[in-house]
Amino acid sequence: MVVFDKPHALIDVPLHYCPGCTHGIVHRLVAEVIDELGIEGRTIGIAPVGCSVMAYNYFNCDMIEAAHGRAPAVATGVKRSDPENHVVFTYQGDGDLASIGMAETVHAAARNENITIIFINNAIYGMTGGQMAPTSLPGQVTQTSPYGRDPKLCGYPIKVCEMLSELEGPEYLERVTVNSVPHIRAAKKAIKKAFQNQLDGKGFSLIEVISSCPTNWGMTPQAALQWIEDKMLPYYPLGVYKDRSAQKEAE
Amino acid sequence: MADKVLMKGNEAIAEAAIIAGCRHYFGYPITPQTEVAAYMAKKMPKIGGVFLQAESEIAAINMVYGVSSTGKRVMTSSSSPGISLKGEGLSYLAGSDLPALVVNVQRGGPGLGGIQPSQSDYFQSTRGGGHGDYRMIVLAPASVQEMAELTVKGFELADKYRMTAMVLADGTMGQMMEPVSLDIEVAPQPEKPWATTGTKLEREHNIVNSLSLVPDELEMLNFKRYERYKVIEENETMYEEYMVDDADIVIAAFGIAARVSKNAVNEARVMGIKAGLIRPITLWPFPVAPFEKAVEHAKQFISVELSMGQMIEDVKLATKCRVPVTLCNRAGGMIPSPDQVLTAIKEAANEGGNK
Repeated sequence: MVVFDKPHALIDVPLHYCPGCTHGIVHRLVAEVIDELGIEGRTIGIAPVGCSVMAYNYFNCDMIEAAHGRAPAVATGVKRSDPENHVVFTYQGDGDLASIGMAETVHAAARNENITIIFINNAIYGMTGGQMAPTSLPGQVTQTSPYGRDPKLCGYPIKVCEMLSELEGPEYLERVTVNSVPHIRAAKKAIKKAFQNQLDGKGFSLIEVISSCPTNWGMTPQAALQWIEDKMLPYYPLGVYKDRSAQKEAE
Repeated sequence: MADKVLMKGNEAIAEAAIIAGCRHYFGYPITPQTEVAAYMAKKMPKIGGVFLQAESEIAAINMVYGVSSTGKRVMTSSSSPGISLKGEGLSYLAGSDLPALVVNVQRGGPGLGGIQPSQSDYFQSTRGGGHGDYRMIVLAPASVQEMAELTVKGFELADKYRMTAMVLADGTMGQMMEPVSLDIEVAPQPEKPWATTGTKLEREHNIVNSLSLVPDELEMLNFKRYERYKVIEENETMYEEYMVDDADIVIAAFGIAARVSKNAVNEARVMGIKAGLIRPITLWPFPVAPFEKAVEHAKQFISVELSMGQMIEDVKLATKCRVPVTLCNRAGGMIPSPDQVLTAIKEAANEGGNK
């Protein structure tokens, strides 16, 4: 009896991600959700520039590679091309979503665009080799903040869920992490809800996944997961930042 | 005879796009092309189409990229500074072999420039505009009727060759009103088996992508794209010739500059000067053939442009500089008058052009 198998929505090829990187876990969670909701045949994924730009090699659904930061705009086009049938998700990193693509992110949220965004926040630019991200922590040493991120010089990290929660538009905003089994289970629940919202026509759902980058953080995979717990989560508290439907029901 | 309606050039583009089957328009306000967006905003909801005012030109071109990925006809329009912002998207559309129609109703530049008509985006549009090796089909209308016809043609060519077609108009073409017949034939849309519309679990997944990290594979993609461009050069070049057969002085001009130049040619002919006009309708591919033919008898070419002289380089290439090629121009939103062009013709004639 098979008790654990590769999701159908994930192609059986080796991933290019570094050892200990949590992209693999999040890919799997997204694929499991696509399987469980039975939507692979109508799903179109969009991965813009960043470590996950080659996600088109891994997901079995139709895939689009997009320019840096522009995935929410591309997703808007794909969704509006056939709103009844297309299930659209973007898979974006922190530099992509919160720096170069901030305008696209905010306006897709403000429009309550009926799409699902998986936002990987690992506080660093991975693909280009470890530069300061809009979400790098104060004091964090990166290639472009070699003396530690100085907020006086380059500002404070952006809390995306908190910021978007001030908008009327978005349906659902939740921050999760994948540094432990219970957290992974909670992350999957959130991702599933974000897709279900789209199927229910509820609108813009963004799941921020606090992730690790052992290579560019200069840590072992284990130490990186601990760094999430000790450094990232105090600055980026987990939780639901907006759930409009639940709010309405409560009222 | 088909009924004609009086329309602004910008409105003719919008209506023609709808006739061509375009049901998705994304734009951002900029003078002098905003009427395209306003027309779409009014019309699209009534015919089950999508009009969306994007947060920027960058977002608009990426929304175009999204719809085009799903195989549907889609367009955006803008004016010069906005087209610069779309440059990134134009390059990605080319790299991913996606069809799209982009309209540039040019205004004077560089920078914010002004809002009056210009043709100074000739380099930008015929040489690419964004990064990398690629071309766009560039169509230059010289009347409101052509604004409509070349819009339909642009969609057809874009689909046929999986690339961007640009209607390169100018502020005059966008703003002026002329009678136009909208009885335009539209060819059936081709199948798009490459589109990302969901696998329905019936086929391998489709991928829309411009990333290729293996150099020899990327080189091969470029080679293949340029083979396609060669077919376009051979089959899709369009131009108008006016009194060129016996001409000593041949004017090269497109868009509003060609309208002005035609008047000057007529006046020159009355004065006994053998002048003629070649009007490129496709700026890329550039119509080399009529210039090769004309250079056999012409003594001089005059490139009439609303720019500091951009198309003149293509005229020199097409004529291989066998005879003098001079420039008659205004820039920054100014338009050459027929008198200015006539003066240039007369000067050329006095210098031995008219024997």
